[in-house]
Amino acid sequence: MGAGHGHRLHFHGHSVVHRAPAHVKILLLLAFVLTVVATPRDWYPVFGGYLVLLLGVVVASRVPLRYLLPRMVLEVPFLVFAALIPFVAEGPRVVVPLIGGLDLSLSESGLVAAWGLAVKGTLGVLASLTLAATTEPTEVLRGLQRLRMPDLLVQIMTFMVRYLDVVAADLGRMITAMKSRGVDPRSPRHWPALARTLGALFVRSYERGERVHLAMLSRGYDGRLPESSAS
Amino acid sequence: MTPVLDVRGLAFAYPDGHQALFGVDLHVHQGERVALLGPNGAGKTTLVLHLNGILSGETGHGEGSVAVSGLPVTKKNLLEIRRRVGIVFQDPDDQLFMGSVRADVAFGPANLGLKGAALDKRVMDALEQVGMAAYADRPPHHLSFGQRRRVAVATVLAMEPEILVLDEPSSNLDPASRRELADILRGLDVTLLMVTHDLPYALELCPRAVVLSGGKVVTDGKTYDVLTDDALMRAHRLELPWGFDPRTISIDSLPG
Repeated sequence: MGAGHGHRLHFHGHSVVHRAPAHVKILLLLAFVLTVVATPRDWYPVFGGYLVLLLGVVVASRVPLRYLLPRMVLEVPFLVFAALIPFVAEGPRVVVPLIGGLDLSLSESGLVAAWGLAVKGTLGVLASLTLAATTEPTEVLRGLQRLRMPDLLVQIMTFMVRYLDVVAADLGRMITAMKSRGVDPRSPRHWPALARTLGALFVRSYERGERVHLAMLSRGYDGRLPESSAS
Repeated sequence: MTPVLDVRGLAFAYPDGHQALFGVDLHVHQGERVALLGPNGAGKTTLVLHLNGILSGETGHGEGSVAVSGLPVTKKNLLEIRRRVGIVFQDPDDQLFMGSVRADVAFGPANLGLKGAALDKRVMDALEQVGMAAYADRPPHHLSFGQRRRVAVATVLAMEPEILVLDEPSSNLDPASRRELADILRGLDVTLLMVTHDLPYALELCPRAVVLSGGKVVTDGKTYDVLTDDALMRAHRLELPWGFDPRTISIDSLPG
């Protein structure tokens, strides 16, 4: 199949961080994120401490930062939103002189809010990426199972991990077929066609779901995944 | 002797009113290898889904009965029926849904209550039979299509079925994988029902062929006789691949 092999967030390794049990890592991540979010945003040095701690874990995991940083682009829309706050927020304003004699008027409280959003978001994303880079998706699921996450949710996530590549490959083939007939997916003129493709993909995935369910029933599925097969 | 598969007067209409089967009778005895042939839309898949109770009079409008080694297919017997009838579906991606080959093959037997060493042994034996034991810890979606098809067969073998039902086993395989699968199927000590459009494959593997057309069994006989009956073949939209003539094959190389 043409889809990329392996999950693109995972970085193969054997460090301490890689070998730590998944459920411990999930709990630590949760605690870390909650602590970061609960910290008042004007305790500036504390955030420096968090960053040092996090970078320490990254160094111990031997996952190169060059690997993690490009994957942080998923945070960009969030940062754009944060960057808008100083322009639209109320309250006392500071004036930043720009080159060319122009002045930029920014809200003080908006700047602090933007800082808080950006720093907390970045720390959270980096910590989550570190978990993803050091833990196979199936390990994360097993960790969640050990943490007594409802079985149904774990099952749904298991199937998501399993079929992500299949559905992405389906979509890839449909787009290739469209391109072969002269459609440029980037051009807004062809977006209606693209939307129909997504609709078709949904129907195909839904039907595949039904076929998978049949195959499961045929092998005696009764609503629970057997414990041994959570790997 | 009780037939492994005993289908009597099976009729079925889907809830939308479309009638797919009009009174099918079919008996398969232990150790037989039977090809189920027929054009698209003949009702082959509908029939197959009746064999393990996915479809039945309860899901649509039906008549007749199915029994597996004497056990009738009813709601009460469903788990045992699904152990006895192993269906390998056409698209291995539909059948392989767990994170690793081992977990996937273990899925069926674990549902039957097997655990620990007995489960491991069952899994490895099944993988051994299809020559995939070395891939036990790989995720299924990293395997080639032919390998996935073989693992799909193993997932069903692990339930130690009394009859193995294969839906289009040779579809989408390259010729070498197709031959390897034939070697594996020939080596299995199990009753086999194979739904296929690949007539040379049916001739190679199955001494007996049943033709389903328009929701009825129209012929039941030796595969060789079916494939050489030109009038019958034409009447039911069956065609041999260009250049293939069963009459040129030496009788000794036919199965049975």
